[in-house]
Amino acid sequence: MKRALHQGPRWLTAHALAVFAFLYLPIAILILYSFNGQGVGGFPPSDLTLNWYRILFSDAAIWDSVLNSLLVAATAMLIALLFGIPAALALDRAQFPGKAAFRRLVLLPLILPGIITGLSLLMLFRVAEVKLSLVTIVLGHGTALISVATTEVFAGLQKLNRAQEEASLDLGATYWQTFWRITVPNLKLSIIGAALLIFTLSMDEIAVSFFLIGRDNTLPLEIWGRLRRGITPEINAISTIIFMFSLIAIVFWYRLRTRAEVTPEIGAELVETAGGSGF
Amino acid sequence: MFSRTYRTAITVPPLVWVAVFLLVPYLLMFCYSFWSVSESGTIAHSWNLDNYHELLTKPVYWQTLLRSMWIAARVMFFSMLLGYPLAYFLSFHAGGRKDLYYQLVIIPLWVSYLVRAYAWKTILGTDGVLNTLLQYVHLTSHPLDFLLYSPFAVVLTLTHIYTPFTFLPIYASLEHIPHNLVEASHDLGATPAQTFWRVIFPLSIPGVLAGATFAFVLSLGDFLAPLLLGGPSGIMISNIVVSLFGAAYNWPLGAAISLCMLALVLGLIFFSERLEKKWSFS
Repeated sequence: MKRALHQGPRWLTAHALAVFAFLYLPIAILILYSFNGQGVGGFPPSDLTLNWYRILFSDAAIWDSVLNSLLVAATAMLIALLFGIPAALALDRAQFPGKAAFRRLVLLPLILPGIITGLSLLMLFRVAEVKLSLVTIVLGHGTALISVATTEVFAGLQKLNRAQEEASLDLGATYWQTFWRITVPNLKLSIIGAALLIFTLSMDEIAVSFFLIGRDNTLPLEIWGRLRRGITPEINAISTIIFMFSLIAIVFWYRLRTRAEVTPEIGAELVETAGGSGF
Repeated sequence: MFSRTYRTAITVPPLVWVAVFLLVPYLLMFCYSFWSVSESGTIAHSWNLDNYHELLTKPVYWQTLLRSMWIAARVMFFSMLLGYPLAYFLSFHAGGRKDLYYQLVIIPLWVSYLVRAYAWKTILGTDGVLNTLLQYVHLTSHPLDFLLYSPFAVVLTLTHIYTPFTFLPIYASLEHIPHNLVEASHDLGATPAQTFWRVIFPLSIPGVLAGATFAFVLSLGDFLAPLLLGGPSGIMISNIVVSLFGAAYNWPLGAAISLCMLALVLGLIFFSERLEKKWSFS
């Protein structure tokens, strides 16, 4: 009985394999064609070359946009954490009028199509006469991604042993000391997880940035501009490089997490966000 | 146990930020949708229902909205078809490789959305990978041109992008099913199919609802995949909004459409919440 349960029907395994193939096919194509002499298209790929990488490395516009994206992601991450962590604490341990509405509002950008968040902020900046630039993109990303920080940290708080904080306060520590010495260390993994997630989401964000862009491009917008203009195999090259970096980050995060034996949270959070039964 | 100062310190800053950067912008969008563009091209702050009237009377708007919903519904269906059995496989039959497989589902999310959409363009184009492959093995003599620049391409690409998003909540809710419930069902003589339909599936409904909502809502609002792969027949409602905010320069009308989308999305979330409450056993 047990064994039958473990093996499962064969079609299920076949299905899983097919889904993985579907998920990885474009990525395989992307990597393969970043070495293809004829650029994009054609099968089988012929005359392997490093040409696209060479073109990429001498392309100043792309590297400028990479730098911009890193800058935006880092700042947006700080904003999202700076307001998302208190928001999670507030939802966990404070009572105030409009708390339910606040929770919904904070989480809304997580499920709303980016175009709505982007456009509503565009109107705000128009009315407030703020010039569009990387700063407006940072504000947009920061605001949209507070939701991620809040859900991750809130999940961490749910597992936190409140007795430690109580003991700390009873023993005469101030709230500030308790926060930095007890609360934050206990939430360390949630915060790192949120930070990594926010950083990656911001690096890839385009729907919100699309409307808030000033003169300087972020990497996705630079890619977008080139894709609109035509066939650009160096995009395959930069994507391959970013993919490799992402893999390293995943392995790093994975090892950190398995050491602490924390189960993945994001799926459960998505249930809560869409279903609202959490919190 | 927490003092008033502590609670104020954690409550006020996020409240203020969210009010300024989320609440006010949504309210502005609401206001804009009742304004209009004057002859000179400035926004006239005179309140009227003209934009909504135009939405209801001009077929192009609600036809495009319906088409977008149809595309989103197909994306939802297919990503569910791919995501649910995969989540089930991982949760019940993957054994020790569970974590590895889980990571394998997540990893594609780390490749830029745009780049993956673009890779599909490489695959589906007339001299793309699929067409040259088909000709190479003599399955077809001419390139198939319905593959790219069609709603098909948009549905395929969005399904690719949102399958992991539907997988995640389903997997989470399957993982939360106590294993002794499943074992009890087996021990009491239920067949695997009965166990699935009577025990496992009902308990996974919150995940299914969340996954379905995500896939539907996010693909409904997408405007990049249609621009890149959709062609004229694959235009979606957000593309109209983008052009109204850009070249067509009619922000008020664009705001009215966005607000309709927002209302639709909120309605869906509300609906899925209701359904979930009904199906929730905990």
